[in-house]
Amino acid sequence: MAKILAFIESRDNKLKNSGYETASTAVRLGNELGAEVEALMIGSSVSGIASELGSYGIKKVLLAEEPKFEKYSTTAYSKIVADVCRMQAADVLIISATAMGKDMAPPLSAKLEAGLVSDCTEIRTVGGNIIATRPVYAGKALIDVKVSSAIKIFALRPNVFKPVKVDGITSAIEKVNTGISDEDFIVQVKEVVVSDEKQDVTEANIVVSGGRGLKGPENFHLVEDLAKVLGGAAGASRAIVDAGWRPHSEQVGQTGKTVSPSLYIAIGISGAIQHLAGMSSSKCIVAINKDKDAPIFQIADYGIVGDALEIVPALTEEFKKVLSN
Amino acid sequence: MKIAVCVSQVPDTTTKVKIGSDGKTIDPAGVTYIINPYDEFAVEAALQLKEKQSGETIVISVGKDSNKEAIKKSFAMGIEKGILVKTDAELDSYAVARNLADVLKEINPDIILFGKQSIDYDDSQVGQITAELLGIPSISVVVGMTVESGKITCEREIEGGKEVVESTLPVSVTAQRGLNNPRYPNLKGIMAAKSRPIEERQPTYTENKTEILSMKLPKSKPKGKIVGEDVSAVPELVRLLREEAKVI
Repeated sequence: MAKILAFIESRDNKLKNSGYETASTAVRLGNELGAEVEALMIGSSVSGIASELGSYGIKKVLLAEEPKFEKYSTTAYSKIVADVCRMQAADVLIISATAMGKDMAPPLSAKLEAGLVSDCTEIRTVGGNIIATRPVYAGKALIDVKVSSAIKIFALRPNVFKPVKVDGITSAIEKVNTGISDEDFIVQVKEVVVSDEKQDVTEANIVVSGGRGLKGPENFHLVEDLAKVLGGAAGASRAIVDAGWRPHSEQVGQTGKTVSPSLYIAIGISGAIQHLAGMSSSKCIVAINKDKDAPIFQIADYGIVGDALEIVPALTEEFKKVLSN
Repeated sequence: MKIAVCVSQVPDTTTKVKIGSDGKTIDPAGVTYIINPYDEFAVEAALQLKEKQSGETIVISVGKDSNKEAIKKSFAMGIEKGILVKTDAELDSYAVARNLADVLKEINPDIILFGKQSIDYDDSQVGQITAELLGIPSISVVVGMTVESGKITCEREIEGGKEVVESTLPVSVTAQRGLNNPRYPNLKGIMAAKSRPIEERQPTYTENKTEILSMKLPKSKPKGKIVGEDVSAVPELVRLLREEAKVI
């Protein structure tokens, strides 16, 4: 294998955590395969942050930097990545399975006639081949996948791969002349609406989710209060999203979001199989539910059997106390 | 306006997955199959567009004979025509997209709608690959959509917010939960769906670019600890999270 290209995502000219994860994983694969690794960044003002990638072992960063790349465009960005991939004769492309990565990877698969493995949670090399593991059926099963096309694309689930710092590497930065014209912006982002600065459940290191056990939408603030004290994000079960208590963007589960935070706290959630599918890969799971036979206790590391409305405020206070010390 | 919807048939969300004898797919015994839930949002969006702008609707599926059930469900909701590219082969997303693109090339729709992903393989690829193969733009994970004078404006979900995205037609859109509330088929629709013909076609592309080597169940966790049965357990839970699990 000759060359690995890592697409490193930035938003508002800041690197995302997933960017470091992608860089480190590309570097590790490069070491295992004896392949050269290059990174690609696209943005309006990203040269400052591009040099940070050296600390993660990236020796060379290709930079597509123009004012018009400030906002993401599926058509323009995917064209740049495909062009650079061909120009550099890369045969492996590593990308994050973030909203941007998931949007861009399939067009790249078509442009490069490359097999794409979405949402990888493990990636390793066996005899010079890359084998990826990814969840299917929302995590109810896992598959090992190999790509047989000349160019191979792997999209890494955020928050799973570890960024690894490396000493003594400075990345060389090389500007890329993209030749992108206005016609390449057929799909154009007009506006980005941030929902009141809240963290997204897929990106949070701690997720606190609430379900029917909260008894009514007026009690959901208990979940939000606890999430806030822990610096985490609030999620919801499908039951309370269907009941209209919470927006679907907060739903965790098979028809919602799949999360794998370090700590997942399920409050008043019984643990229907479709919910478990969306969160069972969390590193540590805490369940608070009044029904001791609730399925959520089958996968929880720690549980309290009891009324969420009494236990959660006490838990929030206790965390406040110990975290302020 | 020509509106196409692409649908698939998947195991119900309540399915308990068992690995099949080939070690690469699930055991279908006892599994209930349904139209992919995200595809219902796509079907509903197609019907609303047709009702607002008039036009014709067509549903396409690639897969086994049993995928006809997903097509019939779309008929029952109100879609007028249906095509099944019939194959028993386990095709990957790229191969499915190639087959869809070959059919769609002839139909030449103004809008193609997909579910944002099918809840079996969760690839989230087919909609956007199909669009790219057809050389048309795609907008994914859409929760809001308006089509006016040859232009489409969509809201799509991103981490912690939404993007407002514009594109020209023809375009491909993948639907996310929240886009609409799919209608329930009425009796008349269900009856009409029974007799509506489904055109069958042969696959035009059957080569996979990805190969599933094995499927396994996730490691089951050792049984957790019930820390207590009331508020008095709270300090101990916090201690365990800090000192034993070390996650806080």
